[in-house]
Amino acid sequence: MASTFHLEIVTPDRKFYEDEVNMAIVRTTEGDVGILRDHVPTVSPLSIGVIKIKKDNKILTATCAGGFVSIDEDKAIIITDAAEWPEEIDIQRAEAAMKRAEERINEKSSDSDVFRAQMALNKAINRLRVSKGE
Amino acid sequence: MAGVGMRDIKRKIKSVNSTKQITKAMKLVSTAKLKRSRDRLEKVQPYFETVNDTVQDILKGADNIEHKYISERDIKKSLYIVITADRGLCGGYNINAIKKALEDVKDKEKACFIVIGQKANGYYSKREYEIVGNYLGISEKPEYRNAKEIGALALKLYKDEKIDEIKLVYTRFASTISQVPEMIKLLPASKQKDEKPEEDEFKYVSYEPSPGVVLDYLIPKYIESTIFGALVESAASEQAARRIAMENATDNAQEMIENLTLSFNQARQAAITQEISEIVGGAEALK
Repeated sequence: MASTFHLEIVTPDRKFYEDEVNMAIVRTTEGDVGILRDHVPTVSPLSIGVIKIKKDNKILTATCAGGFVSIDEDKAIIITDAAEWPEEIDIQRAEAAMKRAEERINEKSSDSDVFRAQMALNKAINRLRVSKGE
Repeated sequence: MAGVGMRDIKRKIKSVNSTKQITKAMKLVSTAKLKRSRDRLEKVQPYFETVNDTVQDILKGADNIEHKYISERDIKKSLYIVITADRGLCGGYNINAIKKALEDVKDKEKACFIVIGQKANGYYSKREYEIVGNYLGISEKPEYRNAKEIGALALKLYKDEKIDEIKLVYTRFASTISQVPEMIKLLPASKQKDEKPEEDEFKYVSYEPSPGVVLDYLIPKYIESTIFGALVESAASEQAARRIAMENATDNAQEMIENLTLSFNQARQAAITQEISEIVGGAEALK
């Protein structure tokens, strides 16, 4: 078996994932990063996107609503505001959130509101995409 | 007449008994709540600890990084975030946290407060301390977005240079029978004095895209998560403190009832004895 490293994903309300894995792919603010064992120690913020975990030739996907990753040689910790497996995603809620965010963007209120709505929209789109298995 | 004393005692016993029933019920309620908040604390702790550890790790290696959240400023004003409960009847829980913050305040003019919970709000506003934010009704069941709001408010004040340091006062949940008020300094972020010996070995850590950007993101996150952790921990401490207070109250009530029952019986005995001697005395006189 290929070499593994310890991956932990924590969110404010639970320990989302903890296991020995072969590879993890996360989307940082600078683009996708693949993590293997013996990666150089790195800290980087994550943008909204997908976390892919490869373990024993199986690939697991999960959503990630932004956060940061801290990588050490034999260990990686992903800290995120929210993470979900595809089957946990509440599609109706995500669709409602998307609609709400779009309305708010169209209203064009103050800057921070648009920014927040944009973030909410991205999160909702991301969830919907993952739930459809894209 | 002895009968009057007896009636008084009886009434007293009744009243203590109903108080006892109330405190007992409250104890049961807080036991159940304590269990829930402890479960919550256990779930939240990994996040809170991981963020804290990661930030500490980075700060250890970041001695030479210049950043607005790390550099020390002259302290003209300090912000205290004080977490208490909305309700009393929990022993010294509220007042201990309030006092802990005041111990650190040397000059009233140089301090302002963000208060969480009715109790701290009442205490500080009555004594005319400056309150910049109050959050009521969240301390029993704190949500992450509450912590986010509080963190955002504190950071905004810090960025506008209205305040030069942020300190957080909360109650650490040491065990179900011991809760300790603690104060931690949030900003400017600095290394916490830890028990672990420092590793001398230099470790190269790369920050993508740059240390500044990472810290820009990380420090607000660190503040949020620390506040959240503190809120959840304080909520558990509150319930534990209340449980103990109510347990003591119930025990005291029980003891009081026992004493009162004893004096009631004594009074009854005295009344009977008196009655007998009166009858005997009356019979004697008729002879």
